[in-house]
Amino acid sequence: MSLIQEIDYGTPASTAEKTVTLTIDGNEVTVPEGTSLMRAAMDAGIQVPKLCATDMMDAFGSCRLCVVEIEGRNGTPASCTTPVAEGMKVSTQNERLKKIRKGVMELYISDHPLDCLTCAANGDCELQDMAGAVGLREVRYGYEGENHLGKEKDLSNPYFQFDPSKCIVCSRCVRACNEVQGTFALTVSGRGFDSLISAGTDYDNFFSSECVSCGACVQACPTATLEEKAVVEIGTPEHSVVTTCAYCGVGCSFKAEMRGEELVRMVPYKDGKANRGHSCVKGRFALGYATHKDRILNPMIRDHYSQPWREVSWDEAIGFAAKKIKDIQAKYGRGSVGGISSSRCTNEEVYVVQKMVRAGFGNNNIDTCARVCHSPTGYGLNSTYGTSAGTQDFDSVEDTDVILVIGANPTDGHPVFASRMKKRLRGKPGEEGAKLIVIDPRRIDLVKTPHIEADHHLALKPGTNVAMLTALAHVIVTEGLVNEEFVRERCEWDEFQDWAAFVADERHSPEAVESVTGVPAEEVRKAARLYATGGNAAIYYGLGVTEHSQGSTSVIAIANLAMATGNIGRRGVGVNPLRGQNNVQGSCDMGSFPHELPGYRHISNDAVRETFEELWGVKLDNEPGLRIPNMFDAAVEGTFKGLYCQGEDILQSDPDTKHVSAGLEALELLIVHDLFLNETANYANVFLPGSSFLEKNGTFTNAERRINRVRKVMAPKNGYEDWEVTQLLAQAIGMDMNYAHPSEIMAEIAATTPSFANVTYDLLDEKGSVQWPCNDQFPEGAPIMHVDGFMRGRGKFIRTEYVATDERTGPRFPLLLTTGRILSQYNVGAQTRRTGNVVWHDQDLLEIHPHDAEQRGVRDGDWVKLQSRAGETSIKAKITDRVAPGVVYTTFHHPMTQANVITTDFSDWATNCPEYKVTAVQISPSNGPTDWQEDYRELTMESRRIMPAEAAE
Amino acid sequence: MERDKLVYMANQIAKFFESAPEGARSQGVADHINKFWEPRMRTQLFERVDSGRTEDLSPIVLGAMPSIRRPAAPLEERASKQADEHAS
Ligand code: SF4
Ligand code: SF4
Ligand code: SF4
Ligand code: FES
Repeated sequence: MSLIQEIDYGTPASTAEKTVTLTIDGNEVTVPEGTSLMRAAMDAGIQVPKLCATDMMDAFGSCRLCVVEIEGRNGTPASCTTPVAEGMKVSTQNERLKKIRKGVMELYISDHPLDCLTCAANGDCELQDMAGAVGLREVRYGYEGENHLGKEKDLSNPYFQFDPSKCIVCSRCVRACNEVQGTFALTVSGRGFDSLISAGTDYDNFFSSECVSCGACVQACPTATLEEKAVVEIGTPEHSVVTTCAYCGVGCSFKAEMRGEELVRMVPYKDGKANRGHSCVKGRFALGYATHKDRILNPMIRDHYSQPWREVSWDEAIGFAAKKIKDIQAKYGRGSVGGISSSRCTNEEVYVVQKMVRAGFGNNNIDTCARVCHSPTGYGLNSTYGTSAGTQDFDSVEDTDVILVIGANPTDGHPVFASRMKKRLRGKPGEEGAKLIVIDPRRIDLVKTPHIEADHHLALKPGTNVAMLTALAHVIVTEGLVNEEFVRERCEWDEFQDWAAFVADERHSPEAVESVTGVPAEEVRKAARLYATGGNAAIYYGLGVTEHSQGSTSVIAIANLAMATGNIGRRGVGVNPLRGQNNVQGSCDMGSFPHELPGYRHISNDAVRETFEELWGVKLDNEPGLRIPNMFDAAVEGTFKGLYCQGEDILQSDPDTKHVSAGLEALELLIVHDLFLNETANYANVFLPGSSFLEKNGTFTNAERRINRVRKVMAPKNGYEDWEVTQLLAQAIGMDMNYAHPSEIMAEIAATTPSFANVTYDLLDEKGSVQWPCNDQFPEGAPIMHVDGFMRGRGKFIRTEYVATDERTGPRFPLLLTTGRILSQYNVGAQTRRTGNVVWHDQDLLEIHPHDAEQRGVRDGDWVKLQSRAGETSIKAKITDRVAPGVVYTTFHHPMTQANVITTDFSDWATNCPEYKVTAVQISPSNGPTDWQEDYRELTMESRRIMPAEAAE
Repeated sequence: MERDKLVYMANQIAKFFESAPEGARSQGVADHINKFWEPRMRTQLFERVDSGRTEDLSPIVLGAMPSIRRPAAPLEERASKQADEHAS
């Protein structure tokens, strides 16, 4: 194994179709029009010396190291800023050029500390490389003159440092922050020799500035000025492996750069088709959890959750669990046990869990945590289009003219995609940016961010999405903006007409629903016109759409809008769910819903069942199994007694904590398979230690249906990859399961699931990734769906009546609470809380509008009591006008917040996806944590006691 | 705030199909329940309707009852599991 070195072409690729042929140092090359001479030379294998250019961003032309000569032209133009022309003859090396370059390097080096041997970037420094490349042997200016040496380092960021004395002011960092990340946190201050890079204002450091710690500047810096602290501490890496981030649904590709078994750093991979070389703070830096001291590495058991844990051998733990499963089934019936798979685990792991439940437990009580986030996407898109997935790839946004974001906060939830979206919104010289419509109760960052301002922000009341979406449809239909040609050709015409008549009804007009949504009708009309007539329009939506009692209806309403305007089936348009966790798409694809076998095929379908029955040698139940909320209900009723829960913290993540804990308490067996003793484990009696994504092989499928490889870079610290643990348990309950490698599991998936038919690890290694469907019809996958027709045949319009949630405000609970997430933390925070990321978010806060705060005598930073019909908790207040009066907002990353004590058990009508996004609450000043929080803290401490294993005899 | 969950869920489904064209409403509810409700839940629904406790149920749900599948054989007869095969 060696360190993967990616070629830096110096300037971005040109997308032009027309090509140009020229000669460089006597070699003929043909490249797309608009390519720089530097890039064309690299294509021909000639590396022109360079410092300020790099192919992640546009050329800048400041260092003058890359000069070349062109026959018939005067002077020595910079090759990074000079485009190719037909028939050009270019030389990249001669005496004159050599002399210019040496002179340039001499100036740089005279102002640079010569401590190369002890520099963290030694061996990984472009300045060093260039000094070598131009043959610099002496520096005539001496080192005594005025220089920038000895400046203080900025160590404020937890993950990287800034050492200004090494800066050559190439401004790559500034451009990376502007062009790639889109945060505009860095500036070059001063002029000429005095120029300096700084984060934010003169009084800021990196931490206090706008910097979001994405790492793009560190990546871009050619010297050790911006350097990962890990490299300073450990040294440079010696080998690397390409793998996939395990945090969010963007699914960024990274090189895990290693020294032996130690991870030095994660470097975003330019060939990664989801991220194209960019990253965010989580995937790039927040890896410390994998080696955190809280991680549990030995299996543990106990007879009851009130006892302390006992560390035991794998054999004993698995044997104990298997016996309980059998005993429970013998006593309470076969349907009394079930499993929950995780969207954080690999496709192969999820597949194996559902297989164990269906073929080993002999029932269909398998569900996934995607239940609590994107199950309505499955229902809604399946009903209308015939498949449960986003229609586009991320690249598609580059061709979008109107971006509609509803119920998603991409800059926090899907940061790398947000950067790509922002790039399109800003546009570029000579090309106007895309227009933006944001539908969200809260003023998310995207509404106003450097060089971007939403054309329309429809700040609707929480819970009124369907009313809003139907009003948009009303405008489109009644103002004659429907793309009739598309609808006639692609959709069921009768159903369309029925739908059109329905939405055209006056009661769905923006004016009629204004009192419900709280958004001025005229603004809604303008937004609808823009969406329908602004060119390629794409909808991106998130949990703010799905986590409602009408989540499925909203997804249907979104699908209707896209069909009615013909925004489906080509680049730049589409309907795109932004998935929360890394493998939400995959865990849904892999059959972890109780009613569906892999590939979204209903369990009652005989032919599909037979495929699996034949392979597994069992008769499968043709009835759907219990969904997660049904499991808790059945547990409380006493008919459900044993649960295997992989990689998921249902107690913290699911709504109505008290009901969930009542369900968990009633179980006789709760197996928690995780990295940490999570909150759910408080009620467990078997703990099976899990492995991190660095310790296993497999695949994740991101929000664009892209199947990405996860590659093992170190041995599992707990001894087994997660699929192996499930397999041990499956074997112990009598199953015949003997996979030697996850590629064998993928082979079984491909053999049984038509949309995966051509997927193999070899293909993934060859292509880097593929987007399903990948079969004979789409041998290399399908970046865009429904191109020649909908998966279900004709698109189906469905009426979407707004039904107010039963969770309503009233005199006792006058405010609406909605929940969300922030950039630096992830989901229930089990991982990110155990990394340097806590410096950005050490507790959850309740955002409240100044007006509501004043009425209640609440000041910024005060503890407040937050009460709903379900329960109460205490949390600190943050006063801000990001939320509208009447709305409060919090995140749920910290267990002590217990935000889910507040949320109710209302859920989506179709899928039981819980209604996190709307809870009626009241707030009042308080002195600190509630009794429940204190009791809970105690219970947690109690339940986490561990007795070490007895010494072996 | 313990609501009768099953009834609540059934009515919620009915609410969605209320806006469907006439004739498709109860069928929509029945299809949905057949597709997504575990037999235990359907059994409870039948027990309720059979014993005449129908006051809280939406008429659309009641109209759907004839098309909702009555869970017949117990799970043990509907399916097998790998361990059984090995044991026998
Ligand atoms: S880490 Fe990212 S956001 Fe921060 S300064 Fe660098 S590029 Fe900008
Ligand atoms: S910090 Fe690095 S990238 Fe930024 S100007 Fe200095 S040398 Fe260039
Ligand atoms: S955007 Fe998502 S997938 Fe990419 S690095 Fe960040 S957390 Fe990981
Ligand atoms: S690399 Fe071309 S001017 Fe710096």
